[in-house]
Amino acid sequence: MTARSFSRRHLLAGAGALSLAALPSGRARAAGALTVGFIYVGPKDDYGYNQAHAQAAKALKGMPGLEVIEEERVPETNAVEKTMESMINLDGATLLFPTSFGYYSPYLLTQAKKNPKIQFRHCGGLWTEKDPKNAGSYFGYIAQGQYLNGIVAAHASKSKKIGFVGAKPIPQVLNNINAFLLGAQSVEPSITCQVIFTGEWSLAVKEAEATNALIDGGADVITCHVDSPKVVVETASRRGAFVCGYHVDQSPLAPQKYLTGAEWNWLPIYEDFIAAMQAGKGPQNFVRGGLADGYVKMSPYGPGVSEVARKNADAVKAEMMKGGYAIIKGPLKDNTGKEILAAGTAYPEKAAELESTRYLVAGVKGSV
Amino acid sequence: MSDDLGLWSVLLAVIGGAIRVSTPFLFVSLGETITERSGRINLGLEGILVFGAMSAYGTAVLTNSPWAGVAVAALSGAAFGLLHGFVCRLPRVNDVAVGIALMLFGSGLAFFLGKPFIQPSAPPLPAIPLGFWSSLPQVRAALQVNVLFLAGAFLSLVLWWAFRNTKAGLIVRVVGDSADAARAMGYDVDRVRLYATATGGALAGIGGAYLSLSYPGSWNEGVSSGQGLMAVALVIFARWNPLACFGAALLFGGAGALGPALQSVGVSQGYYLYYAAPYVLTLALLIATSSPDRALAGAPGELSLSK
Repeated sequence: MTARSFSRRHLLAGAGALSLAALPSGRARAAGALTVGFIYVGPKDDYGYNQAHAQAAKALKGMPGLEVIEEERVPETNAVEKTMESMINLDGATLLFPTSFGYYSPYLLTQAKKNPKIQFRHCGGLWTEKDPKNAGSYFGYIAQGQYLNGIVAAHASKSKKIGFVGAKPIPQVLNNINAFLLGAQSVEPSITCQVIFTGEWSLAVKEAEATNALIDGGADVITCHVDSPKVVVETASRRGAFVCGYHVDQSPLAPQKYLTGAEWNWLPIYEDFIAAMQAGKGPQNFVRGGLADGYVKMSPYGPGVSEVARKNADAVKAEMMKGGYAIIKGPLKDNTGKEILAAGTAYPEKAAELESTRYLVAGVKGSV
Repeated sequence: MSDDLGLWSVLLAVIGGAIRVSTPFLFVSLGETITERSGRINLGLEGILVFGAMSAYGTAVLTNSPWAGVAVAALSGAAFGLLHGFVCRLPRVNDVAVGIALMLFGSGLAFFLGKPFIQPSAPPLPAIPLGFWSSLPQVRAALQVNVLFLAGAFLSLVLWWAFRNTKAGLIVRVVGDSADAARAMGYDVDRVRLYATATGGALAGIGGAYLSLSYPGSWNEGVSSGQGLMAVALVIFARWNPLACFGAALLFGGAGALGPALQSVGVSQGYYLYYAAPYVLTLALLIATSSPDRALAGAPGELSLSK
């Protein structure tokens, strides 16, 4: 009996010593290279939001002195805090990119306060001076891409009704809806846009139902802001409607019906952050940019885009490439008749007001 | 003819939605009816549904034949059902717990094996254009009826008849109502339940094939969004009656289409509430038909949930 308890104690002591011995060497290994952690809310090959980030992460993997770790399908609950903690404590990550909107508050902010030496950069959140200095946010003005989508859509639409499948009525989604319609109205002022919210970032059946409902309502060009546009693109093209893509190029899913699409290009942002870290500085806290900065790009035009539409969109795109383009400009009313902007005023691309959009512009059918 | 149907379009969308969305509910609930009628609960059908969706899509991508996909989904569903039935015949095993384990196992395995199939497109299952008589595109779209929906409707009729009028149906019912009586009659209770669970699993697998090969018609990890679980609840709601399962599946499908359809005609306030319609409906009907004095009418006597 005594012998057995002795040996058990020996075993425990041995295991403790072993783990103590292993700990410093693990730290030392991580200290040599910069470890960057990416956290995605869905699968990283979803033809959508997560894939756009994962493409950039994949491109980073070849960089010397850099280790990229990823975790997918992390829900927007305190599960993401556990993921962040394990990336920090077990993998030695010092720069984290939790990419989904709902990760920011309170989960990322809590972890940023707990780990002051770790840098957190969030995609889409609104970082302000009051937030921890080791946190930050980055985002692209993809509404510019949706504006160009709208121009092309207006040229392709016969019914003068276009449709938008939205996930949740948050500022980024509302900006996209507004831009899609305003782009279309710049071509044809009478055009209207029906919006249907599904309530979740990824709900395949509801997205298909929403697309069908839009087309039944007469819309003949559809775009969306959900995490994985695959279902919307396929359903719309099966019903014979044109589609504009979002997040990444979905043209292989509907080669005939795909007009163009608004795509992300996250790589330059990540490269800048990593370069700053490797130079021993803190990366920027607040990064925003659009087409002109190379954070957003457009899919190649599909066969359904006419020559006139092509020229029109290219001309506006050339204007946007100069920087400072304003989509939201006065006089502008929302769809309840309230004035948003008076004549002569505008929110150019870097205006902070765009990040707290709470309205749908006149001509959008739907409510926030 | 105007393209704008106004409020009629809501009714049309609900009918169309009922036809489009109900099929997975129908197959899973028919499968669960067979399983529960034999006295066992298989909560793992959600996992089987997801795995069925993945295996059907993967097979269709690789072989270019959607029907091969349906067959593989049914076979894999049956295999999962056999696994459940086999584990549950061991002594002191709780079928509810095994079901939950199977649900997580099936979904996890499907996510793992399904990674390479998220991107490619698979050939869809054929649909029959029953709306050919109408000049309205909305009507024609709503009445694009998939063959699996018709097969499911036919199957519910056959099962309803078979439970009453065939020997096999009678054996399943006896086993489900009183294991002792079945043993006294010389039937192997565990074997009947094993086969019933396997059949239930096969049907749930076919339901999954519909999800990935017909509507919404693509494989991703969120494709089921809990429909398998809802279908299990639907069986209780339908009182273990295959015909009622068909009606309940239509009701759930139609209620799910209500939210998007109402938004499309301008009723856009409170869409979260409309999205909750199927669940509210279930709760209301269950409360309305429940009684503190007796067990659920029609419940198999051996079911651990009514014991």
